[in-house]
Amino acid sequence: MSAELVNLAAAGNAMQIKGLGALAYGLAAIGPGIGIGVVFGHSIEAMARQPEAMGIIRTNMFLGFALCEVLALLGLVVPFIFGAA
Amino acid sequence: MSAHTLLAESEANCHIFSGCGFPAPGLHSFDFKPIVSVAGLHFTKPMLLAIICMLIVVGFFWAAFAKPKLVPGKLQLVGEIGYNFIARSIAREVIGKKGDKYIPFLMSIFFFVWLMNIMAIIPVAQFPSTSRFAFPAALAALVFVTYMYLTFKTHGLKGGVKNLVWIEGLPKFLVPLIVLLEFIQNVITRPFTLAVRLWANMFAGHMLIVMFSVAAWYLLTPTFMSVIAGGSFVLAAGMTAFELLIQFLQAYIFTLLASIYISGALEEGH
Repeated sequence: MSAELVNLAAAGNAMQIKGLGALAYGLAAIGPGIGIGVVFGHSIEAMARQPEAMGIIRTNMFLGFALCEVLALLGLVVPFIFGAA
Repeated sequence: MSAHTLLAESEANCHIFSGCGFPAPGLHSFDFKPIVSVAGLHFTKPMLLAIICMLIVVGFFWAAFAKPKLVPGKLQLVGEIGYNFIARSIAREVIGKKGDKYIPFLMSIFFFVWLMNIMAIIPVAQFPSTSRFAFPAALAALVFVTYMYLTFKTHGLKGGVKNLVWIEGLPKFLVPLIVLLEFIQNVITRPFTLAVRLWANMFAGHMLIVMFSVAAWYLLTPTFMSVIAGGSFVLAAGMTAFELLIQFLQAYIFTLLASIYISGALEEGH
């Protein structure tokens, strides 16, 4: 199993195309982009409806933002990890 | 070593129409020549900045709170604003009354991370230590160890494991799947994403500022291109202002997530 994986990794390296990482990042940013929009949009709506709950909404907004954002950032990181060889 | 000294020289004298290509910033922008090397261990600029940040944080709060007065002086007032920010908007909000014990921990993390981030736009320093992966990784490891220690201290061995992987009231056939997912999320993804989030944000931010600054210098020639160079410079300045916001936000989010993990560890009966 592991030998197959090594072979596969070697084949992958041979086929590597320059700049593919940038394309991967672009693809990885689509979903989180929509997600962050939803998070902030709904938080603003919630704050407008209930300004007295602003503190707790803001905390949860940043939490949701952070959890969404990390997916795009993983897309930025992964090419460095797997493209370094 | 010689590779990036050469590159730095070519960056310094490189302009458009003078026959040299655009010296695009890349991973090499994050490698520094060691200031001193002792027995194969290099001491570099990010390390120096991290130590300076540590000294500033320790020194500032020492000066502010060593002799606390009932009517605060200027330094103590600033320190108290920082303390209140962490205590009210993070510790009390997320953990509750039990969180008071962890305010010093959260506060140290917040100000250390924020200061390291801010170093990205301080003249002369102009490099965020947190954009080298080792620094956020070490901080995330610290948070993770605290999280694990509190989980097993509060719930004991069996309860601690249950707290990490178990969700009450699931249908039987879903249990193995959810246990696996919860384990991966709590033990692997959480520390990893905590480190990656901070690192990648500071990395990308520094890269953007370097990109526009280098482009402005590259396009600065006595031709029409200098107009575009001016645009690039304005963008670099705008990015610097934007980074100021991101730096604060990332330090805040790092501390917020640390406190959420702590509150998860302290939670009674999951």
